Parts: sequence; structure tokens; C-alpha cells
Amino acid sequence: MDFVVILTIFVLAIFVGWEVITKVPPILHTPLMSGSNAISGITIVGALLSAGGAMVANEHVFLTIPGLEIHLSLAKLLGFSAVIFATINVVGGFLVTHRMLEMFKRKD
Amino acid sequence: MVLPQAIINIAYLIASILFIAGLKGLSHPRTAIRGNLMGGLGMLIAILATVASKKLDLELIILGIVVGSAIGAVLATKIQMTAMPQMVALLNGFGGIASVLVAGAELLKSVLNPETPDPDLQTLVAIAASGFIGGVTFWGSLVAFGKLQGVGVPDRPVRYSGEQIVKVLLLLISIALAVLIVMDPHDTYLYWVLAGVASVLGVLLVIAIGGADMPVVIALLNSYSGLAAAATGFVLSNNVLIIAGSLVGASGIILTDIMCRAMNRSLANVLFGGFGEIVISSTGDDVYGGKVKSTSAEELAMLLETAQRVVFVPGYGMAVSQAQHAVRDMFNLLESRGITVEFAIHPVAGRMPGHMNVLLAEADIPYDKLIEMDDINPTMGQVDVAIVLGANDVVNPLARTDPKSPIAGMPIIDVDRAKTVIIIKRSLSPGFAGIPNPLFAADNALMLFGDGKKVIQECVAALKEAS
Repeated sequence: MDFVVILTIFVLAIFVGWEVITKVPPILHTPLMSGSNAISGITIVGALLSAGGAMVANEHVFLTIPGLEIHLSLAKLLGFSAVIFATINVVGGFLVTHRMLEMFKRKD
Repeated sequence: MVLPQAIINIAYLIASILFIAGLKGLSHPRTAIRGNLMGGLGMLIAILATVASKKLDLELIILGIVVGSAIGAVLATKIQMTAMPQMVALLNGFGGIASVLVAGAELLKSVLNPETPDPDLQTLVAIAASGFIGGVTFWGSLVAFGKLQGVGVPDRPVRYSGEQIVKVLLLLISIALAVLIVMDPHDTYLYWVLAGVASVLGVLLVIAIGGADMPVVIALLNSYSGLAAAATGFVLSNNVLIIAGSLVGASGIILTDIMCRAMNRSLANVLFGGFGEIVISSTGDDVYGGKVKSTSAEELAMLLETAQRVVFVPGYGMAVSQAQHAVRDMFNLLESRGITVEFAIHPVAGRMPGHMNVLLAEADIPYDKLIEMDDINPTMGQVDVAIVLGANDVVNPLARTDPKSPIAGMPIIDVDRAKTVIIIKRSLSPGFAGIPNPLFAADNALMLFGDGKKVIQECVAALKEAS
């Protein structure tokens, strides 16, 4: 994709983020951090592509997971580790945010 | 099943919209849960779209997701609310390392693949940026985690002579490495050297910062984890990564700015200088000498019985002594007797933005009782009893009166204007800023020495007995 197009999206998204997030009240700042943190786990998209993509011509098997018949090149191993980290980020982030927000429910 | 790219892109667009709408939902406690769920749904859509975009090795992906989900779910359900700053620090770090790994994998693959041309300038710059930002974020977050959890690294700032020069040098080395990578991407090990140098820089940046400045650091690392994701988006030319990453980047920067303003300090001052390292030896004798009056939990109970409006000012000390549930009992008791009870929350109270609010919400305090500093200050004069619980610098009147003080100009909660101020504290020791607090010696102030939780419990017992 054209660099300028990507840059445009980047800059506009920052403005949108600025507008939306300045409206979050201080009492919700902690859930905002953990929730936005979960969103930054979007790197999982890249991780899935790195982990799941087929090996290219000059890649070699770097590691075999015994018992599972899974053969990994170095790039796939990096991608696989990234999937784990990003998933912890996503799942942990959204769940803990949910847990916190439950506490902010009005108790009547 | 492999779907056409146009459909995948539309799915990414929907995911991006859900992220934005989800964050918008966080602007009110009533809509916040739905907002968070929308964010989660957006993530699910993005993941499914990615899996459907190409023929991918699903076994491996599922294995990774299962392992990651299990760890994430255990962390999220087991973590104590008081430990939330550590949890957020750790999650920031995981986002950072994921970016380092993805960019590294992308570099390896594109260089090894004889069928594709070498990555272009944009991609290479973005790869170097991912490695650098991700490395700083990961290791910076681990150090922040260590400081907050009290493992491995000291809570106090670690300072040494020439530290700023070391950091500038590491930054220059990183830039040089990035230039080398862009000029010849085939030496892929340079990428890992870059990530390593960034890691060292991340450690040095955070280790120099004291525990009470952690709200700024965590907010900043939050921003970095977003920027790392956006950089990875530039590597992969992927819109949803760029949009989600910039949203988080903006969020973190806004919080960082709010935290800095709440201390009247610049970001540079928090990161590279500031008062964190100073342990002022000047004894508080000239401030406190003979003027400090102390009281007991029973006397506090008597004061409260005749009060009409009571305000709590919680600080990190409340989290340390886990006093929030005892405070809730006292809150319920006083409210049941028709006394108005409110909580005045300073933006930097605690170890992360919003820390006190979460603890009090956990203890079932209704959120409309949590009042921001600027909203409660104008009416502090009508407060009968202000109870400062584990806070110090955020109620120090020197911020208003002494232009030479390290906290000069910092907005504070004006508890000194209340009719009576009770300060629950173990001793007269100074807070993070290392300066004495003349509030403790004020005519309307009474010190209540002891552990926060124990003192509040004793006071509740005395209140019950008296009725």
C-alpha cells in the first residue's frame, strides 16, 4: 500500500483517539488503560500471519515440537511466541477490564 | 477457507470501528462494560478475518492461542485489585515483545524468500521502529512490574553519574543500527542487536524512576505498546494494526499528560530528573516542633458523630494497608446516620491513573461518591472532617505557598480548609517528594498514628459502641 495512504490513516486515527479518549472520566482511567492495552494486542494479527504462514524456499526447520509433528522455522517460532504473548495481552486485558468495570456498576 | 482480500479489509474496518466505539463507551460507567465487549468483539473479528485471509497453519495458531488464553485468563481472574498497576505493566510489556517478534519474523522471511524483492524503505524503517519501541516497552514494563511488585528492582529511583549520557549514547547506537538495517537488511542479526540495545535502554529509563512516579511511566508505556503495534502495522501494511495502535498510542499520551499536569511537572522532568532521587535530610523539626497534635480512633469516632459532611482523601497508603473494605464499612455506617460522605481523588494518588477509584469501586463505594479534585476543592471549606488516609504530598499546602518547594504549583486537595483534618499515618515521615508537610502541624489538624486498616476498624467499632 502507498506509504502516504498508510500515514494518512495513522494520523487520522491518532486524532480520533484523541477526541474519544479525552472524554473518558478519571474514575475510569484504570479500565481505560487495561482496555486500550488489550486493543494494542492487535499485534496478534501480525503474529498469526508470521506463525501460520508457509515456510519460504530458503527457510529451514529450526525446531520440532515433539509429539505434535509441528515443524518450525525460526520465523515461525518467533511468530508462534508472538501469538502467545499477544493472546495473553488480548485475553488478559479484556477480561481484567471486564472484571473492573463490573465493580463500577451502579448498586441499587 | 480463504476469503477475498476485499472482504478481509472490510472485516478489519468493522474491527476498527468497534475499537473506536468501544473506547467511546468508556466515557461513562453505564456504557463502559458494553464498550469493552465491543472492543473484544472487534478483536475476535480481526482474528477470524486474519485466519481466513490466507492458507495458514491452523494447528500451530490454535496451540498458541490456547496457551496464551489460558495464561491470560488465569492472570485476569486471579490478580488482586491492589495489584492492578503491575498487571497493566506486564500486559503492556507483552504487547511490546509481540511487536518485536512479529517484525523480526517478517524481516527474516522477506530476506530469505528468493521470490520476493527485498523489503522497501518504508517496511525496513517500520521493522527497525517495531524492534526499538517494542524492546523499550517490553523491558521498561518488566522493570516497572518489578518495582510495583517489589521483586528484583528497588522501588526508589536508581541514579548514577552520567546516566543521561549513557541513555543518549544508547539512543544514538539504536539509530545507527536502524540505519545499517535499512541499508542492508540481509544481516538480520543486527535487528536483534537493535532490540537488545533498546531493551537495555528500556531498563535504564524505568529503573531511574521512583515508585510514586509510576502513574506517568505506566501511562507512557501504554502509549508505547500502542505505537509498537502501529509500527508493526506499517511493516505489514495493515490498517487495523495502524488504527488500533494509534488509538492506544493517543490514549497513553493523554493519560501521561494528565498525570504530569497533576504534579505540575514536565514529562522530561519525570523521566530524566525530578525530585525522585532526593532524600531530603532536613528534619521536620522546625515544621513540626511541638505543634503536632495526635488523636485516637475513639476521638475520631466522637468527631464523626457530630459531623454533617465527611471527606476521605485516599492515597497509596490505603492500597498498601488494604484498608478499602474497612473504609466501606465506615462509609456505610456514617451514611446510615445521615452524614454525607465523599471521596476526594487526586489524579496521581496511587500507582497508576485511576488506581484509587478501582480500589473503592471494588469495595462497593458508589462511583458518584468519588469526586475529582477540581470538583471538591471549592467546597472543602464546608467539610466538617477530612480524613487523609495514606496520602501525603497530594495534600501538602507547601505546593500553594512555597515557590521554592519541589512540589511548587502542584495542584493539591485543599484539606487544610476543612474544619478538622485527621491524618491517618504511621509516622511523620515525608512522602515521595521528601519534604515535610506543614499540614500535620496545622491548628485544625490531628495526627492519628497507626495502620490505616486497623485505625479505621477501631473507629468503626467505637462508632457502633456509642450508638
